[in-house]
Amino acid sequence: MAEQTATRVSRQSRRRITSSPWLLLAPSIVLLALLFGWPLVQGVLSAFSGDSGLTLGHWQRLFADPYFLQALRNTLLLIVVVVPIQLVLALVMALLMQARPRFSGTHFYLWTIPLAVSELAAGLVWLSVFADRGYLNSFLVNLGLSESGVQWLNYDNTLTMFITVVVAELWRATSLVFVIVVAGVQMIPKDYDEAAQVFGASMWQRLWHVTLPLLRPSLQVALILRTILALQAFAVAQALTGRNFPLLVGETYEWYVNLQNPAVASAAALVVLALSLGTSLAYLRAMRQPDATG
Amino acid sequence: MAEIVLRDLVKTYPGAAGPATDGVSLDVADGEFMVLLGPSGCGKTTLLRTVAGLELPDSGQIVIGDRDVTYLDPRRRNLSMVFQSYAVFPHKKVADNIGFGLRVHGMAADEIRRKVSWAAELLQLTDYLDRYPAKLSGGQRQRVAVARAIVMNPDVLLMDEPLSNLDALLRLSFRAELKKLVNELGTTTLYVTHDQLEALSLGDRVAVLRSGRIAQCGPPTEVYDQPADEFVGGFLGSPPMNFLRGVLVEDGDTLRLDVGSQSIGAPRELRPYLGQHIHLGIRPESMVAAEPGETKGTGVLRGTVQVVEPLGSSVLLTMDTAGQQLKVQAPAGFRVDPGSELALDLPVDTRRWYDPESQLLLEVR
Amino acid sequence: MTAETASTSRVLPPVDRAPLRRRKWRRAGVQAACVAITLFMALPLVFIALAAFSGRAALNEFPKSLVPSEFAVDTMTSFLAGTGTVPALGNSLLVGCYTVVLSLLFGAPAGYALARHTFRGKDAYQLFVLLVRALPIVVLSVPLATMFLNFGIYDKVVSVTLVHTALAMPTTVLITASIFVSVPTDVEEAARVFGCTKLDAVRRTVLPLALPGLAAASIFTFVLSWNEVLGAAVLTLGHRTLPAQVLASLAESPQAYRFAGGFALVVPALVFIAVMRRYLLNMWGSTLR
Repeated sequence: MAEQTATRVSRQSRRRITSSPWLLLAPSIVLLALLFGWPLVQGVLSAFSGDSGLTLGHWQRLFADPYFLQALRNTLLLIVVVVPIQLVLALVMALLMQARPRFSGTHFYLWTIPLAVSELAAGLVWLSVFADRGYLNSFLVNLGLSESGVQWLNYDNTLTMFITVVVAELWRATSLVFVIVVAGVQMIPKDYDEAAQVFGASMWQRLWHVTLPLLRPSLQVALILRTILALQAFAVAQALTGRNFPLLVGETYEWYVNLQNPAVASAAALVVLALSLGTSLAYLRAMRQPDATG
Repeated sequence: MAEIVLRDLVKTYPGAAGPATDGVSLDVADGEFMVLLGPSGCGKTTLLRTVAGLELPDSGQIVIGDRDVTYLDPRRRNLSMVFQSYAVFPHKKVADNIGFGLRVHGMAADEIRRKVSWAAELLQLTDYLDRYPAKLSGGQRQRVAVARAIVMNPDVLLMDEPLSNLDALLRLSFRAELKKLVNELGTTTLYVTHDQLEALSLGDRVAVLRSGRIAQCGPPTEVYDQPADEFVGGFLGSPPMNFLRGVLVEDGDTLRLDVGSQSIGAPRELRPYLGQHIHLGIRPESMVAAEPGETKGTGVLRGTVQVVEPLGSSVLLTMDTAGQQLKVQAPAGFRVDPGSELALDLPVDTRRWYDPESQLLLEVR
Repeated sequence: MTAETASTSRVLPPVDRAPLRRRKWRRAGVQAACVAITLFMALPLVFIALAAFSGRAALNEFPKSLVPSEFAVDTMTSFLAGTGTVPALGNSLLVGCYTVVLSLLFGAPAGYALARHTFRGKDAYQLFVLLVRALPIVVLSVPLATMFLNFGIYDKVVSVTLVHTALAMPTTVLITASIFVSVPTDVEEAARVFGCTKLDAVRRTVLPLALPGLAAASIFTFVLSWNEVLGAAVLTLGHRTLPAQVLASLAESPQAYRFAGGFALVVPALVFIAVMRRYLLNMWGSTLR
């Protein structure tokens, strides 16, 4: 021990003087505290304070707005529908990749492009498909399936609007889940699946008994991440439907930019934050494993 | 239980320079313990995986117990396998790992429990059935892998270097245990290893593979004593077989091998090689070293000791004989200094003769 | 030799090729599923490109023929000539580049610290950084706007840059950490043995080795900034970035403008993924955990 410390003295002292890790971390901490911490406090304060001290007035205004309740409903519905489909679809895509199809490089490229496409762009891309004179209706009419096409984005028709937003979200954000799951699949040693094959497991049994349990960490990450990001969905619906299919974050934008009321906007934003934290905690609690098996 | 027949199996991996297995034919009898032995990249693991169905052959045929399984899915072959990495499922308890195969075959729960406890008993895992593999040692995990394989009562048991990840001491004790276990069960077993000691100690027969072909297949003693070619002789044994190069000459009506200025008797079946080069193969432990002058005869070569390595159970000598190096294993009590001269007696029945071109064993006697 | 040649005379059952045929069908199924998903992913991109390069008349035509009748650039040119488009494009590029530089300046040292040091509070720091990732941008953008107004930098390139830098911080820190981990320590130590100072050693040995990874992280940050719309929309009024500009003019613009805008926003994504394909799995796979 004694001679060990002796040989390490020069090294340690050098380290202590030149680079405490906190010195390297400090810039990022200051930046984040300034740009994220401070505004967060400000946002909470402004949502609860009016001209005469504390007030719940902003919250009353927010909840009195019919758009808000619609937005809340739409957002939750969107998550409940989109996220499970995305997980399943991404899993299927990852397993297809694992089967090493021909042109897998090309497939992989095309399947990951939406990863870099912004929400707004994705909305506009699907606008070209779902517009009244868009490509989907052209296709339907050309095939003789419809006389003049379906008015997918008509403000009366909440269901079709919902469908278009779901499809666009599936297109845009499944890539992220896909990449996470593929990375997870690649980390599972092939031996496990081969052992299952040799011991007589069918394809479904292998999926259920081996692949899914071993993929669990990746699926958890994907689930939490996607739910939080889906809560923030906004520009896709905005591009496709304007305010006809309101979403929570869209309402914040609306209150701030068009209705010029930062306090109510903050209140709406806090609802999103509360939902994010709530679902994350719920997930983490539900997923806590009974045994620490690693 | 069943026999295995392999016929002309050829498998080339896409993008590989040559075939991994190159026309392998092999018959494994019912209940036989067959070891596939060879250096890494010789195709032994590929051969095993082809039998398992994890790889499909380009051509050839595999028959297990009168049933053609050449292209059959692994799960329909009724075999089980012990993997080099154990492949014990980390998310299942030991009991569920052992019972995995039975469960996916739809066996009733209490039947599974009965069989699992039988297998656990055999491998001394009874106390660990409720644990997760993460809490087991490497040796215990290996036991789980073996228990999982035997509990299936398979037609064929495949083992892919099952001992190579264990430390040396554990490997030795588990080797003996494995031999006893498989003997009692009497399951047809195909066992892959690169460890010659493992192969010799475990196998009823040993098949030595070299670049995708079987160089020799036979009982361990035969493979060791009568290496079919110089590769097998050089691969088996530690230190490996010595090969002396010399010219075959006539001496009256007997033949002799000239090695430098010395010579040693050769059998008359080698007459066709008269005047040509030929290789003499001899195992280090077959030679008897003695002071020069003590022994004289047709089977004695003299040499200079270069290195002396006491190995505990024996003394390893590196000798120079007419410019060629020889490894000689002398008894533990043998004392000699480097630089001194020694006479080496090469008993007639331990001499093996090889064609220098084909490197194949020449049948004599 | 002798053992196996002896029994070659044995009659073997015929080779059963049915499993091979089953396998072939399964492969065909996999292939078909891949093509179907690829169509779902690629066709919308084809359509937006078609729309962006159709003339006014072709856009209004209904039903459209799926094979384009003409190649017209007037939709794109009128989008580019529209008020604010070109300045917005410039702003987007500026914000993107500044964000890359700033986030590396702030984030790379932290990544280096995470990779090279073990210290108390390391986990806490990582948790803190990840927590930031989970904060909805929208929660922050409104108070930030007020704050920037007070500081007099509202509606400036610098304000958007700051927000994007903060947004990119978690990924920058974690990606750079994984890059520095992969650069072996002994290279750095060797340089120090030969007389470099600590900073010199990092500059001469670690940085060149980490450069490809840092470039990848930079492209990633750039795309994050390029795609961010809400923060930019709330924090700017006259000096918008391209997504913010398109978003703001959605309501009063014709469809042709939207298609052209959508296409303009998509193109960088195609390039980005083509360049980044190799890094994708490593970055997302390891940094999200």
